[in-house]
Amino acid sequence: MPLITYREAIRHALAEELERDKNVVVLGEEVAQFHGAYKVTEGLLEKFGPKRIVDTPISEAGFIGMGVGASMLGIRPVMELMFWSFYSVAFDQILNNAANVRYMSGGLINCPIVIRGPANGGTNVGATHSHTPENVLANHPGVKVVVPSTPYDAKGLLKSAIRDNDPVFFLENTILYGDKGEVPTDEYLIPLGLADVKREGTDLTIVTYGRCVLHSLAAAEQLQKEHNISVEVVDLRSIRPLDIDTVLASVAKTHRVLIVEEQKPFSSVGSQLAFMIQKESFDELDGPIHRLTTVDAPAIYSPPVEIEQLPNPQRVIKAALEALA
Amino acid sequence: MPSPVNKKPSATADAKAADSAQSASPALSAPINQQLTKADKIALFTTMMRIRRFEERSLRAYQAKKIGGFLHLYIGQEAVAVGCCSLMGKNDHVITAYRDHGHAIAVGMGLNEQMAELYGKATGCSKGKGGSMHFFAPDRNYWGGHGIVGGQIPLGTGLAYALKYKGLKGAAMAFMGDGAVNQGAVHEAYNLASLWQLPVIFVIENNGYSMGTSQERSSAGDLGKRAAGYDMAWASCDGHDIYDVRATMDKFLQLAREESKPAVVEIRTYRYRGHSVADPDNTYRPKAEIEEYRKTKDPIQVFQQALVTEGVLTDALIESIDQSARAEAEAAAEFAEASPFPTPDDIQKDVYWEADHPSERKSQGRLFFD
Ligand SMILES: Cc1ncc(C[n+]2csc(CCOP(=O)(O)OP(=O)(O)O)c2C)c(N)n1
Ligand SMILES: [Mg+2]
Repeated sequence: MPLITYREAIRHALAEELERDKNVVVLGEEVAQFHGAYKVTEGLLEKFGPKRIVDTPISEAGFIGMGVGASMLGIRPVMELMFWSFYSVAFDQILNNAANVRYMSGGLINCPIVIRGPANGGTNVGATHSHTPENVLANHPGVKVVVPSTPYDAKGLLKSAIRDNDPVFFLENTILYGDKGEVPTDEYLIPLGLADVKREGTDLTIVTYGRCVLHSLAAAEQLQKEHNISVEVVDLRSIRPLDIDTVLASVAKTHRVLIVEEQKPFSSVGSQLAFMIQKESFDELDGPIHRLTTVDAPAIYSPPVEIEQLPNPQRVIKAALEALA
Repeated sequence: MPSPVNKKPSATADAKAADSAQSASPALSAPINQQLTKADKIALFTTMMRIRRFEERSLRAYQAKKIGGFLHLYIGQEAVAVGCCSLMGKNDHVITAYRDHGHAIAVGMGLNEQMAELYGKATGCSKGKGGSMHFFAPDRNYWGGHGIVGGQIPLGTGLAYALKYKGLKGAAMAFMGDGAVNQGAVHEAYNLASLWQLPVIFVIENNGYSMGTSQERSSAGDLGKRAAGYDMAWASCDGHDIYDVRATMDKFLQLAREESKPAVVEIRTYRYRGHSVADPDNTYRPKAEIEEYRKTKDPIQVFQQALVTEGVLTDALIESIDQSARAEAEAAAEFAEASPFPTPDDIQKDVYWEADHPSERKSQGRLFFD
């Protein structure tokens, strides 16, 4: 299987879906002539032309809302947010219009839009550019929220997202764009809402998603080597729909849980997971559910300190040992 | 072309208005009005009357506590929605704010499903899930009914984008109030529409007030003129005169359909009732002002006069149109009353397309949470 980057995997998914369905159109700031702020859409303008790959003004409320309206009439816009952090200026369009229009119309109107872009800290860009809104988004019934951690997942999930008839918010990670992974050349799709056990183990379940999957895998490796602890790593891949069954199956095996997420702790995705695990698998637990999050403050700029604010392999190891103590 | 915004009515303006109610509308000579048959005119008049009677009946239902939440009546603005929607072709689309019953009737939605929606019944146009502010009829190219001031304007721009993308000759009419023009999303939509030459007409229904704030107290400058900053055509017209509404809108609709040109049209109108039925309407505008409008500019009266003068309407015909509009509204209330409420089992339907189409579902995992 060819090794390609996370960025290329997303690009290939876009290209294949643009090829397959003429109603798919890519819009966003700098996606066409500039090739994407993170070069995800490089080459698409040349291949598909300016009708399908559209540079927008810096006008998130306007163009996201426009995409929502176009999707109501059967277009399948894939909108790039240069950073998901900028969702705040389009909040009304995303969470009042995209999320609610099907419901308020009694099911008469669909909104098959995808909004994608990076949502992560760790790049020393400060608090305004480091938001991780998956919990905020997933709080809204009607939307789907996907956070891929590998090139393989990113491609298969994005293709499913584009074909989905509900609004899907696809959260990528600038730090992962250059990461390589094996991706088949033959077409494949990964259904939304299907978690993936990225590493099997018996002593502790780490439930995680996005870049924290990589931190957790690195930590698991070291925990095995240095502490002889066998860690299972469950990558949710999708926050909503949520594959809680895979999580609970793992809990039934290990009886110990650590949630690792790049969220602020208050009402995070992990809060919801912890609630569901205790509610549905209370008897399987040999100890309290532990959680590792971003340290609870706006994202700090200072480069060496930001590494410590976010989950990282060392913090995961420490949290894992605490969870097993 | 552009005329000044409606300031507080002055004595001379009123005299003129009273005058114009007597004499024929200059817009009658526009080709789009010349081509109206007698039957067409009666149909327009009937639709306006049906809106008026529907709104009055819904007010009584509200007072009888049959309707919850907010109820924003369209009374006084009928010529705007009816005039605009009467121009719709197969590929023309409409979207508006929460004062949305008039547009719904104007695009041909039945009164039953609307009244039932107000009553929160399962037979309502949104199955009782939207309420007064959120009527939809995509089968009639009517895309709502939106509760956030100005939030529907990017959506309307998106409808126009979709039309252009698909190569269809049509236009979107995106309605908003005079209070919405100060929302950022509206300006972003203006820019996109002009930048990409999208076939959308932004229709400002200027009834002089956003809740209790007069236009003078909320907006700098002419409302329509802001289009000029975005290099868009604009005009202002008299929303008390359905002929003027049709003549003005027709011009811009043609430009949108044929040349994919956006525009802003400010339509001067007036609402007689409070902002919503919860508004006692006794602090921000003089009663005399409302009375003046009622007496001299009521769009139904103005049109009725014109049609009598033209020999289209007789007293008997007016009476029968009015009676059947009242009867239809009454029947709608009875229909709503007799209809079932949705059940608690319906709460989680119509949230996700996938959840409602389980045999076609591709995703896995939980979509709903306890
Ligand atoms: C974003 C937002 N802010 C405030 C409100 C509350 N609100 C509802 S209607 C309204 C006045 C709007 O007036 P206008 O746009 O002139 O429309 P009209 O009611 O006259 O039809 C206000 C302030 C709202 N619904 N949405
Ligand atoms: Mg107003």
